[in-house]
Amino acid sequence: MGAERKQYSYRLSLGERLRQRTGGPIRRLLRHRLATVGTLLVLAAIVCALAAPLLAPYDPLEQDLRFRLKPPLWRAPEGEKFLLGTDQFGRDVLSRIIFGSRVSLAVGTASVLLGGSLGLFLGLCAGFFGGWIDDVIMRLADVQLSFPFLILALCIIAILGSGLINLIIVLSLYGWVVYARLIRASVLSIKEIEYVQAARAIGQSTAKILVKHILPNVIAPFFVISSFQVARIIIIEASLGFLGLGVPPPTPTWGNMLSDGREYLQEAWWIGTFPGLAIAVVVLGINLLGDGLRDALDPKTYLKS
Amino acid sequence: MKAYLLKRLAHGLLAILGVLVVVFLLVRLTPGDPALLMLPDLAPADAVQAMRHQLGLDRSILFQFLIFVKSVLSGNLGESIFYRRDVLGLVVQALPVTVTLTFGSMIIALLVAIPTGVISATRQYSTYDNLTMIGVLLGQSVPTFWLGIMLILFFAVLWPILPTSGPGGWTHYVLPCLSLSTYMLALITRLTRSGMLEILNEDYVRTARAKGVTEKVVISKHALSNTMVQIVTVLGLQIGTLMGGAIITEKVFALPGVGTLIIQAIELRDYPVVQGSVLMTAGLFVLINFLVDVLYTYIDPRISFASPGSR
Repeated sequence: MGAERKQYSYRLSLGERLRQRTGGPIRRLLRHRLATVGTLLVLAAIVCALAAPLLAPYDPLEQDLRFRLKPPLWRAPEGEKFLLGTDQFGRDVLSRIIFGSRVSLAVGTASVLLGGSLGLFLGLCAGFFGGWIDDVIMRLADVQLSFPFLILALCIIAILGSGLINLIIVLSLYGWVVYARLIRASVLSIKEIEYVQAARAIGQSTAKILVKHILPNVIAPFFVISSFQVARIIIIEASLGFLGLGVPPPTPTWGNMLSDGREYLQEAWWIGTFPGLAIAVVVLGINLLGDGLRDALDPKTYLKS
Repeated sequence: MKAYLLKRLAHGLLAILGVLVVVFLLVRLTPGDPALLMLPDLAPADAVQAMRHQLGLDRSILFQFLIFVKSVLSGNLGESIFYRRDVLGLVVQALPVTVTLTFGSMIIALLVAIPTGVISATRQYSTYDNLTMIGVLLGQSVPTFWLGIMLILFFAVLWPILPTSGPGGWTHYVLPCLSLSTYMLALITRLTRSGMLEILNEDYVRTARAKGVTEKVVISKHALSNTMVQIVTVLGLQIGTLMGGAIITEKVFALPGVGTLIIQAIELRDYPVVQGSVLMTAGLFVLINFLVDVLYTYIDPRISFASPGSR
């Protein structure tokens, strides 16, 4: 009977394992506590961006010099009503942070989508076709990696001029190398596996092999990298905004708010403090989500437990 | 080893060529005639023509590129439109600030991150380790320039013991280097920890322990020296991020480095200065990466003992 029970418990643990396996990545992600926190932070940022006009207490562009440089609510005298204070033109800092999330998230996602697709395409080509195509693409990647990206971005924006679209174009160029390298490496290892060989032997077209057999295998790392890339691009976008090369004023962005904040640091600490905090929180959220995604999608991690 | 270094050198030269092409094209793509920019307003047409000829603008684009490369190789980066001084001089004057900032931060990051990571790895899941990992997460999420602003706020307003802006003695670099080093610090701590953890589970570490090698030697000789290879790799890749960060840090702390020079030149549309500074920075970056590769041959026996041509 003892032996039976033992076997039973063994079966249970196997069943548990199977359930864990079939539970799907989303359930694994939700079980990851930090990743849940990350997901909530990211969702909050997305809601802010989408519902900005509903959430913001004031018009982010409305200037009123009577309310210039007012401190946040808890430091202000009775009767004032700006939760996070106002800037040098009397604009509400909180409303500007809420609207600023739109630029950060839009630039972050659009650049990652564009850069990721470019990298995915070039990586697939380099890995699958090899030969001179591979050489050209990889040398191009080397050249780009051997250059401090922010400086390159500065130059391109200096020439093209600043603006949302130009910013997205420049930042899309940032990410492709990371994707291309990763995808190429995965393709090289998958290409030799029997089922791909078999698909080729029965005469499937190259395009079909790429899309049906190789793409599904590289999509998980693709998402993991993408999350970290969005975080990085949000920081680079803020850096460019801080240097005066982002989306031009009066559009509120976290970067140009920080730049104002640096200027008025002595008399109004709140202008620079809160937008930076917003960046840190959103980037932290995305990083946590990325860590969680990596653990949830990587069979090596989730089967170990 | 020789073959490996030659290959890396070739990569470096290729990168420099790439940078030359990019910088050249960027300036050619700029709207406006460079000849007009070089001359005073309302210059007579024949003077413009002469300047165009002098600059080679009436020749083919390839010819112009070759002229450009030739003048760069001879150390002539052109003349600043705004300062009326040669660009090389301006950049050389600004470079020490940026280099001090970059290397200062790198040294701070390494000195703090490696011991922190090693201790974390040897006490996995302890309170110390958990606190370190929280610090790492924050360090990787906080924008370095915002941290700089917060440091200024703290030291200028609340506790004025360090200078918070402008150039000067070494004390003027303490806060900038601290803020610039955070990202790198977090990254290397994380890397050291994970690298050490991985290696401490290897068979040869168990063998060493079984032989009775002391824990101190196991950690420093077996584990850390192997982790160093990974650290140096990331260091080489991250120097570009650090140099980019230095540009912003200069702006935050009002330091007269290459970053400030480039930003100012962009605002003034002083393209020769933009071109020259970018070229010098990129050249320096390629040089540093090559030195990292040389360093590699010392710390990674897989390269120095490999037969020639295998890498």
